[in-house]
Amino acid sequence: MQKSALAASSAVLFALATPGLAEPQAEVLHWWTSGGEAKAVGVLQEEFASNGGTWTDMPVAGGGGDAAMTALRARVLSGNAPTAVQLKGPAIQEWYEEGVLADISDVAEAEGWADVLPEAIANHMKCEGSWCAAPVNVHRVDWIWANAEVLEANDIEMPTTWDEFNAAADKLQEAGVIPLAHGGQSWQDATVFETVVLGLGGPEFYEDALIDLNPEALTSDTMVQVFDQMRTMRGYVDDNFSGRDWNLATAMVMNGEAAFQIMGDWAKGEFLAAGKEPGTDFLCASTPGDGFLYNVDSFAMFEVEGEDKQAGQDLLAKLITGPSFQEVFNLNKGSIPARTDVSLDAFDDCAKLSSEDMTASAEAGSLLPSYAHGMALRGAQAGAITDVVTAHFNSDMSSEDAVQQLADAVANSM
Amino acid sequence: MTKWLENHLPKMVLAPSFIAVLIFVYGFIAWTAWVSLTRSKLLPRYEIDGFIQYDRLFDSPRWDTAFGNLFIFGGLFIGICMVLGLALAILLDQHIRVEGAIRTIYLYPMALSMIVTGTAWKWILNPGLGLEAMVQGWGYPNFSFDWLVDPDMAIYTVVLAGVWQSSGFVMALFLAGLRSVDGEIIKAAQVDGIPTWRIYSAIIIPSMAPIFLSAFIVLAHLAIKAFDLVIALTGGGPGYATDLPATYMYAMAFSRGDIGQAASSAMVMMAVVFAIVVPYLYSELRVRND
Repeated sequence: MQKSALAASSAVLFALATPGLAEPQAEVLHWWTSGGEAKAVGVLQEEFASNGGTWTDMPVAGGGGDAAMTALRARVLSGNAPTAVQLKGPAIQEWYEEGVLADISDVAEAEGWADVLPEAIANHMKCEGSWCAAPVNVHRVDWIWANAEVLEANDIEMPTTWDEFNAAADKLQEAGVIPLAHGGQSWQDATVFETVVLGLGGPEFYEDALIDLNPEALTSDTMVQVFDQMRTMRGYVDDNFSGRDWNLATAMVMNGEAAFQIMGDWAKGEFLAAGKEPGTDFLCASTPGDGFLYNVDSFAMFEVEGEDKQAGQDLLAKLITGPSFQEVFNLNKGSIPARTDVSLDAFDDCAKLSSEDMTASAEAGSLLPSYAHGMALRGAQAGAITDVVTAHFNSDMSSEDAVQQLADAVANSM
Repeated sequence: MTKWLENHLPKMVLAPSFIAVLIFVYGFIAWTAWVSLTRSKLLPRYEIDGFIQYDRLFDSPRWDTAFGNLFIFGGLFIGICMVLGLALAILLDQHIRVEGAIRTIYLYPMALSMIVTGTAWKWILNPGLGLEAMVQGWGYPNFSFDWLVDPDMAIYTVVLAGVWQSSGFVMALFLAGLRSVDGEIIKAAQVDGIPTWRIYSAIIIPSMAPIFLSAFIVLAHLAIKAFDLVIALTGGGPGYATDLPATYMYAMAFSRGDIGQAASSAMVMMAVVFAIVVPYLYSELRVRND
């Protein structure tokens, strides 16, 4: 009853909206509603309009995308999917398995995406070989940020191994500075955890443990060491960290209350917004160890009816991955372009470092998806790991128990 | 015609809401029960696959914590609210001056939403901002009150905030109950020289049994559906130490794309509600049949 009413009303709308010409139409569901993000979407909107398209904005804020996903579910179930949806990582494949994604291989091949995107990232955009999503940016997750003044005052270099980090932290603690600014929210615990896994275990171990979920890797001695390091780092965090938002932790580094923060490159936006200069006021470096953990935002294209909508979809895909949008958007968002052929002259030093490392690690095979930000695993598995990580970090659980629970939780989530 | 209308109008007026309740309450309960037996992930699927979701649920340490917390929180919340509410009501019942003003003050927290209560208590209990920092600032540097960030104690801060919010309401319920007791009996007891505490414990409180039951039912459903208070106060943390079944269900359904798991936890929550409500209904209906 409700469904047929919806269908009838959308049919009426449809009849009104198609006066013969196939003018590109796109309805875009996203949750980029705050400051720099909203500005970044505005760029895309303008570019779409100047190419003759009609953009219908559908922003759904709240819950880090949870609210948008609920809206998406309702739209798909009622047979009226939006044209393009901000989706990322394995969620794209999950929706593909529900049979609702469109094939945009024509655009991708015409634009030569395979040549300009790193292979690891391109694979996320493909569903069983055909292209079904367009990448927008690359956030690097394994960053360590530091207050330059505090490090200088205590005669400390940016750490390149976790032992160096621990030594530096002990020194800072004696000097009365909080070594690590951290917010006790489960995703932040998971962010620190994955950088430690990458740093202590190396790229192969990371892949084995957090992407392939190999039970042997999950219960290995290396994983015990990872949890030991997490316990050590718990000691470097102030007592008042529970529930603190990540940007408040960044502010602690900014005003010299704390020395380091481990956080993705969205933290850079906070530093820049406060008028801090990279290199002089704050320092950026990859966390100790090799590799590069990426968090790629992308738009997945949903199956839609009507030539105007399909034209809109193709135009949107072309613009999103086009060099001009990639540059302008990422300057606003603080990330780097997913394309490797965009000039980085306008970007800051941290972004240039990020881009160099991305190219280098793509060649070395250590360009890896972030598990904490939903790039490596599906929701249920990633959530199960995060539960154990955050329970361990917030209690006196032993590393051996944590490792056992980790293996059990992953098995239970399948 | 008017006769026919007279007979059928009540049914016609009630029918839409009856049908709506039938579909949107009982229909969706049945739907959830069905989905809880499937392997639904991102979108609901309808192939029955046994009790796999319930096995997963009871294997999950996070669910253990959430379910255990329901009993810690529920038991303490209901118990403390009742005792405190009754004590306040009895004290107010002594025909004191400005009773109206005091009653309003105690009832006021009820006017706030749980989100406001949770946020306010989050600031009060935050060791770096609230009570602990204040008392330390007064010159007691060893004073410590960090329950909010202590995984073993955090659930009790939820109880604290919940009690603060609801005990005034329970007081109002009890006060109405106290006032409804027949004054003649009390006067007779006073004439016989029976001490006041005895009048309360042997006459007034036993005659208020139905009020106790109503207060219990209201508080129990507040406890089981508690969600916003936890979200605002602790966000389920530290770790997942203050998760409740409702927050677990939300996380599974909306953050993790695990609808089957969410449905099974919702069914277990409903079973808990039934365990409380069914005996209540049974006793109510039995009394009517006498």
